[in-house]
Amino acid sequence: MSDFQIKKSSTVYDAIIVGSGAGGGMAAYVLANAGQKVLMLEAGQYFDPRIDSHQMKWPWESPRRGAGTTRPFGDFDASYGGWELEGEPYTKKDRTEFEWFRSRMLGGRTNHWGRISLRMGPDDFKPKDGLTDDWPITYADVKPFYDKVDRMIGIYGSVEGIENEPDGIFMKPPKPRLNELFIKKGAEKAGVKVITGRGAVMTESIKGNNDRAPCFYCGQCGRGCKVYGDFSASSCLVIPAVSTGNLTVITDAMVREVITNKDGTAKGISYVNRKDLQEYQVNGKLIILGASACESARILLNSKSSQHPNGLANNSGVVGKYLHDSTGAGVSGFLPQLMDRKRYNEDGLGSIHIYSPWWLDNKKLDFPRGYHIEYGGGMSMPSYGFGGGVPTMNGLVPDKNGKMKDAGGYGSALKDDYRRFYGTGVGMAGRGTAIAREDNYCEIDPDVVDKFGIPVLKFHYKWAKEEILQAKHMQETFLSIMKEMGGIVTSTIHGPETNYGLLAPGKIIHEVGTIRMGDDPSKSALNKYCQAHDCKNLFVVDAGPFVQQGDKNATWTILALSMRTAEYILAEKKKHNI
Amino acid sequence: MNRRDSLKAIGLTALSTTLLVGACKDSAEKEVVSTAESTAGREPWETERDQKLKNETFFNKHEMATITVLVDIIIPKDEISGSATDAKVPEFIEFIVKDMPDHQVPMRGGLKWLDIQCFNRFEKPFIEASAQERISIIDEIAYPNKAKPEMRAGVSFFNRMRSLTASGFYTSEIGVRDIGYVGNTPNQWAGVPDDILKHYGMQDIKV
Repeated sequence: MSDFQIKKSSTVYDAIIVGSGAGGGMAAYVLANAGQKVLMLEAGQYFDPRIDSHQMKWPWESPRRGAGTTRPFGDFDASYGGWELEGEPYTKKDRTEFEWFRSRMLGGRTNHWGRISLRMGPDDFKPKDGLTDDWPITYADVKPFYDKVDRMIGIYGSVEGIENEPDGIFMKPPKPRLNELFIKKGAEKAGVKVITGRGAVMTESIKGNNDRAPCFYCGQCGRGCKVYGDFSASSCLVIPAVSTGNLTVITDAMVREVITNKDGTAKGISYVNRKDLQEYQVNGKLIILGASACESARILLNSKSSQHPNGLANNSGVVGKYLHDSTGAGVSGFLPQLMDRKRYNEDGLGSIHIYSPWWLDNKKLDFPRGYHIEYGGGMSMPSYGFGGGVPTMNGLVPDKNGKMKDAGGYGSALKDDYRRFYGTGVGMAGRGTAIAREDNYCEIDPDVVDKFGIPVLKFHYKWAKEEILQAKHMQETFLSIMKEMGGIVTSTIHGPETNYGLLAPGKIIHEVGTIRMGDDPSKSALNKYCQAHDCKNLFVVDAGPFVQQGDKNATWTILALSMRTAEYILAEKKKHNI
Repeated sequence: MNRRDSLKAIGLTALSTTLLVGACKDSAEKEVVSTAESTAGREPWETERDQKLKNETFFNKHEMATITVLVDIIIPKDEISGSATDAKVPEFIEFIVKDMPDHQVPMRGGLKWLDIQCFNRFEKPFIEASAQERISIIDEIAYPNKAKPEMRAGVSFFNRMRSLTASGFYTSEIGVRDIGYVGNTPNQWAGVPDDILKHYGMQDIKV
């Protein structure tokens, strides 16, 4: 007899949730608090920011001084993951590009995200551009859930009354840093609106929540917060849900597929343990996928049966299609007027202090939709790469005696230049709406499996003129802001041959749309509550259901939609509909 | 969690590490502390990889001696802070070329290029040259825009050397103090101090 066996559990959970990020975490939180017995499967290892965060470490506590050799966002960044994972490949079709970022950890990518929390607006759900598709829901449908998420998790911001940038229920926002005041002044001259940032960082305590403490302004949200001062799904959703006694979490559980009954309904999940490579099967009355837009699509496409020959929830054939990531392009440089600046602590908080919501009228533009601008710079903690630009910058401006000198150098003069230029940096990055297109997709690569034997995804993604023209506009805008603020640009100024600096799709890590919702089962995988048209006890709660993103970062909408789906599940259960 | 508890929660890591490392003069004990520290918040493969790199040696004695001279030419001691070697920059460079193998050929080759240049001119390797002789070569590779075309390989090497030296120095305790980064501590951010706002004429700019 061989050693190979599948360990089957006899327990039938009320729900099995795949993935512990924003979507899976929120669904687990709502269901467990309502008394449902829930099992959560997470592909990565356990992570509790209180124990595992590298917050407050100094650069010398990392042998690589915080460099990104093993973690794309640096050695102290919270993410166990990246665009490449050992033994878990993905492939690309027709020499197109897509970079797929995966975090293998409790809380998923919410552990390292920028905490930038923007609501999608009325025009994002029902676009007026004549090009992009309507959602089956409106802003009014989602607003109550955005409100609840705001109150439950905490978000700072300022009330502005901008129609398509809806206000939330805000805590007090952080004050701008010095370089941000220069940005504000320069941007206004360039005709670009700048407002207070909006982020999922608690700047005030939340009544009744004794597990979390307000921000103490170390500016290190990306490392995870030991006092749970910011939002991550691990600290704010999954760990509290476990403490209800109703949620069981199994980590290192890499899901193969959803098992279905003969009648086509979902029965359970088959998974492999990443550590001991044993095979398991668990059963639940409901299956909720929150593995990320692409990973959930992969699971569905790999869940083929006689009832679901096209993959689960895929009678329409849309699963994997309409993949879209935000557009992204940036410009950076420095402000000579900030040279020799006085030192003080301006860490602030680790999300955005200011930003520019989309401010223009498309009638006067050659591209649809728009982008928002995120800004950075200042006297931050040194890490690997520090001062890299100084030997170039010191040839661009006069020295202390007012004389121009040759770029480069060494010795005391150079050492003094590092001091003079510290904290003068300024950067801006656009994050914009990419168009959901049927021809940008992921599918199963029939030829390749990962180290667990699971067929992998193959991507096909091309930017089109809408995104490229948007990137061109971004770059022109950034250069004009830099000029108006008296900044000197040091980053590459891109032309048409590099799509004006438009980053490869997947680089912004806002990928959505692969399991779209809709009213028509022939054109969508899920109904407006994220329930599969073809399998009533299957739901998707990550960014897969997005029909069309706005320029807004996806997380706040994932949280609101997941909460909405979880409440719908509870209501349907009450009515015995599922 | 109240503020005092939350400070305690952070302090447990930040403070105790500093205290322990500071208190332990014995290097073996230091190693124990850093190992215990390194497992939290790390995937097993990361810890194993770091350990493996630390046990390997890349540069030979001559190369390390040359690096030691070079980093102090780039960042010497001055009235504000110590030198690159005071901040253990050569040790950092030894680690980082193992961590980032792309540095290995350009660094090894660049050091060799420097020795050959020196030998052709002064009939001795760089570290045996006089301070004046060394600087005469450095001056030809330290200013990219005015370097002669035949010195471009040296310019590339010196650019890399200078970047690694700055990385190593300003991420050390000495360097962080020198540059004047005063954050990484619990505080309340109340915005730009008034005297600074006034200095830049930014009192009236509101977001």
